[in-house]
Formats: sequence, C-alpha cells, structure tokens
Amino acid sequence: MFSSAAKQEIEDIRTKYPNARAALLPTIYVAQREFGWLSSEAYDAVADLLNVPKATVRGVATFYAMYKQKPMGRHLIQLCTNVSCMILGAERLVDFLKITYGVEPGGVSPDGRFSLVIMECIGACGTAPAMLVNDDFHDNLTEKKLQEILEKYT
Amino acid sequence: METILLKNIQNPNSADIAEYKKAGGYASIRKALGMEPQQVIDEVKKAGLRGRGGAGFPVAMKWTFASADPKFPKYLLCNADEGEPGTFKDRPILEKNPHLLIEGMIISGHALKAEYGYIYLRGEYPAAKHILNAAIQQAYDTNLLGENILGKGITFHLAVHQGAGAYICGEETALIESLEGDKGQPRIKPPFPVNVGVFSKPTVVNNVETLSNLPYIIEVGGETYAKIGTPDCPGPKIFCISGHVEKPGIYELPMGTKLRDIIYTHCGGIKGGKKLKAVIPGGISTPVLPPDKIDCPMDFVNMPKHGSMLGSGAVIVMDESVCLVKVCHRALKFFEHESCGKCTPCREGTGWLRAILGRIENGEGMEGDIDTMLAVSANMLGKTFCPLGDGAASVVQNFIKHFRPEFEEHIRAKKCVVNG
Repeated sequence: MFSSAAKQEIEDIRTKYPNARAALLPTIYVAQREFGWLSSEAYDAVADLLNVPKATVRGVATFYAMYKQKPMGRHLIQLCTNVSCMILGAERLVDFLKITYGVEPGGVSPDGRFSLVIMECIGACGTAPAMLVNDDFHDNLTEKKLQEILEKYT
Repeated sequence: METILLKNIQNPNSADIAEYKKAGGYASIRKALGMEPQQVIDEVKKAGLRGRGGAGFPVAMKWTFASADPKFPKYLLCNADEGEPGTFKDRPILEKNPHLLIEGMIISGHALKAEYGYIYLRGEYPAAKHILNAAIQQAYDTNLLGENILGKGITFHLAVHQGAGAYICGEETALIESLEGDKGQPRIKPPFPVNVGVFSKPTVVNNVETLSNLPYIIEVGGETYAKIGTPDCPGPKIFCISGHVEKPGIYELPMGTKLRDIIYTHCGGIKGGKKLKAVIPGGISTPVLPPDKIDCPMDFVNMPKHGSMLGSGAVIVMDESVCLVKVCHRALKFFEHESCGKCTPCREGTGWLRAILGRIENGEGMEGDIDTMLAVSANMLGKTFCPLGDGAASVVQNFIKHFRPEFEEHIRAKKCVVNG
C-alpha cells in the first residue's frame, strides 16, 4: 500500500496527463522510492492505484534500465563506461570499486552500502569519466577522487 | 561569436527567471504572441531551421504538417532524452538556460496552436528535472504558461515527463509510446506523429536545442538568422567534444564549422601532443572518420558527402593509444543493450556483432570473422524498424572500412595489438 502522502503525490502527477495510463512511468518511480525497489507488493500498489493490469505494469517497468528489480544498497553508484568514459579510464574505476568496496556491476557491496550499475552514457562526456551517486553528479574521476567522494556516502 | 543558445550560462543564477529577463529573455514571446501562428511558421521557414536531434529535418515543414491537421488538441513534445553516447549539448540548456527552452516551447506552441507540451527528460538528468520544474513554476506564476498567456487569449500547459533509462526513447515514436505509459518501442510509420501522435492527436516532437533557437529567430527575424552558418543549414550549433583533446567541452559555433577547426583550433588539439587516430563526429551512431578525413564542414548537408553524419554534433576524439576493436565492441554492447527487441534484424544482429567483436578483442577471433560481421551488418542495414539497427550496422561497417588492418591484426595475433 502507498502512504497517503505518496497517494497524494501520484494524484498530483495524474492531473498532468489526459489519462491514468500515461501516469504509469512517474508512478513506478514513486513506488520505487516508497518500497525501495519494485517488489511484488510495489507492483500490486501501482496496478491497484492506476487500475492497470499488474502484468502490464511489470512489462513496462522491466523495459527500462532505471527501474530496480531487486533490493539496492543504501547508495546507488551509476558509473558510465561508454566510449568517452572508457577511453579515459572508466574500466579501471570498475576494478577499483570491486577491490575497494567488493561491489560488482549489477551487485551490492557485502555491507549493503553501495549498489553499482553500469550506465550507457550519462551526458558528462566532456568531463569523463563520470558517475551519479544517488542524484549527485561527479566527474573527472580518478581512483583517488572516486574514493574521496564515496567516503562521504556512509 | 556571440552565443545565442549558451548565452548567459556563466551567470550562476542563469536558471532564474529574473536573471533570464534581465538578459533580454521573454521579449520574443510578446512579439510572437502578437503574430499570427502562420507568420511564426513563415519566419522559421525563412530561418531554414533544421531539427538538432540528429536527423536535420526542416522544422517549418514538420510544423506545417501538424498545423494542417484538423484534429485538436495538438501536442508539442520536447525531446530531452539526450542519450546518444558522446552527447552532452542539451544538458547545459536544461540546467542553465531552462527559460530559453520554455520560451521556445511557448512560441512553438503558439505556431502550432498546441495547448499542451511535455518535456520528455531522460532519467539520467535528475538535477535538470528539479531545475525545469522550478522554471516551469516560475513561468506559471508570471502568466507565461497556463491560460490566457499575457492576456493574449492563448493557452499552453507544460510539464516534465521523466524517462527511465532507455536510449530508444529518443526515437520520436518510442518517446510517444513511453509518454503514454508503455514500453518505448517504435511505431510503424505512417501514420506520422504530426497526424497521429501522442494520445492519437497531432504531435510535433522537437529537440531541446531546436526549440531553444526560436526566441532568437523571432527576435531578429528568419532572414537575419539564416546568415549564421551555411546556406543549406543555417544557425548556431552546440558541439560537444569529448575524449583526447586538450579542452573538451561544449562549444557554440556556426553550423558548418570544420571538424579539423573544432578539434585543433577550439579544443586545442590532441591531448599531450599525441597522434590522432580516429574521430566519431556526431555521436556513437555516426560513421567513424580517420585523421585524413576531418576537413569536413560540420552540418547536416555536408557531412554525408564526407562519409559521415552530423548526428548530435557529439565529437569523440581518439588518440593513438586507443584500441578501435575495443571501442567498436563497446559501441555494440551499447546497441545490444538498447535494442528494444521489437524487430529481429536489430535484436539478433546487435547481439551477434557484439559477440564476434568481443571474441576478436579477447584473442579468440577466427579467420572469416570480419566478413561474417559485414554480412550481418548488410542484413541489418535498411531492414530494421527504426534507425537504431541501421546505426549499429553502419558503426561496424565503417570501423572495418577505415581500420580493417587493426581488426585483422587482432585476429592474427590472437590478442589486442594496441594495448597488449
């Protein structure tokens, strides 16, 4: 079940569109935030609230890379390894995250602190390599800088 | 050159409506709302404005089709799903100059008699979402959005719709599917969105940078605007340069600026004085160019004559240390990941090309692999539902066309011959 605040938020979102179905993507975002990830309970809540079949909600959600199909760590690292980042050392950063925090692409660190998702370009190519930690952009990354930044996310 | 699209972005408060107005912003809206919709379209036609998303389609023509359709309401969608790898040109507008985009959208909305607009913003730009929402609220608060705008009897509503990490949603019919709450899989055309678009209504989809040109076109008039750039492709263009140059970043330059000048004059040449090996001139989907092919004017009309495309104007510069098999492999990994799965040549082709490139890079390539990749590419090109499959096929074809010996050496040596 959604909290009453979340229900209100979804009701506000709903007014931006001519029908409830169009509010599906933003509603899935709210569900993801409220439930932490898209659990079966989260899918039920979205399907009930928008009156869209659960199979449809699941089908739509699994199409998009940014909807989370499993529980996440406390902080989400979204690191780009596409060409502009790759040629400036992004792969070394992936290795560094594995060695230093024990987190692999698509996985969670053993202490539950970080999730790592490899991204397909986050639009920071001029200051590559780059990543998002939660909603924060960080760029011009080196191993040292990466560690300094991540130490702030406890 | 005086900047038009990136005007004022050094101002730390440039996203605020007061600062935007102080710099002359929202003056064009008063002028445009005093004009008949057709007059606005005529000015854009005189300006020769082409869509900046990658295809370079004449904007006035798209608008005319949508305008001629008798169905209402009409929708204006801003494509802010900037996902083409190497591209970061729309982000500064979205984050630093949101009111320029909003003003452009109000002008377009008036020209199209559209009452509703959405900005389809990629999920990877969370900061831009907050900035745009704040800017939209400021515009509503000052009667620049909503009903009876500035007392002129015109209605235009605007909202941000956040994508969720799917490159394919940059394709306009996939974008529409996604806005309607579905998987972002492209639709068959016709019907075109200008007639049957979002919610089955006439819909225009324009890129962020395209729409941001409108306030200036209205301010100075189409004829004056058309003096910037090249005759077939007028206007300013934001180029975004990444990779091995001394000064990567965003540069607003006239359309038709030569690729060599962008790299060597504006970006200070190759980083550390190294040798240039290859350039991808317009985002990952555009054909790669070798160093002797960079004397090309960067616009939609001239680039195809020089063997590539302008695309999004995203220049990726690679020096001699880069393994091009690896780059090509990474590009195909991207296309495989982003293929929507709807049509077979793209879904299967991207996967097979990625697999073959992977084994070549890992020293397990086989004789005949290059010809197999060319055969797979030929079976994709022109046979896919949307341009994603074409892009993937042509990336492989062009890497092989210009750098075949490097692929052959990898296969022969059974290892990466560039980085060991």
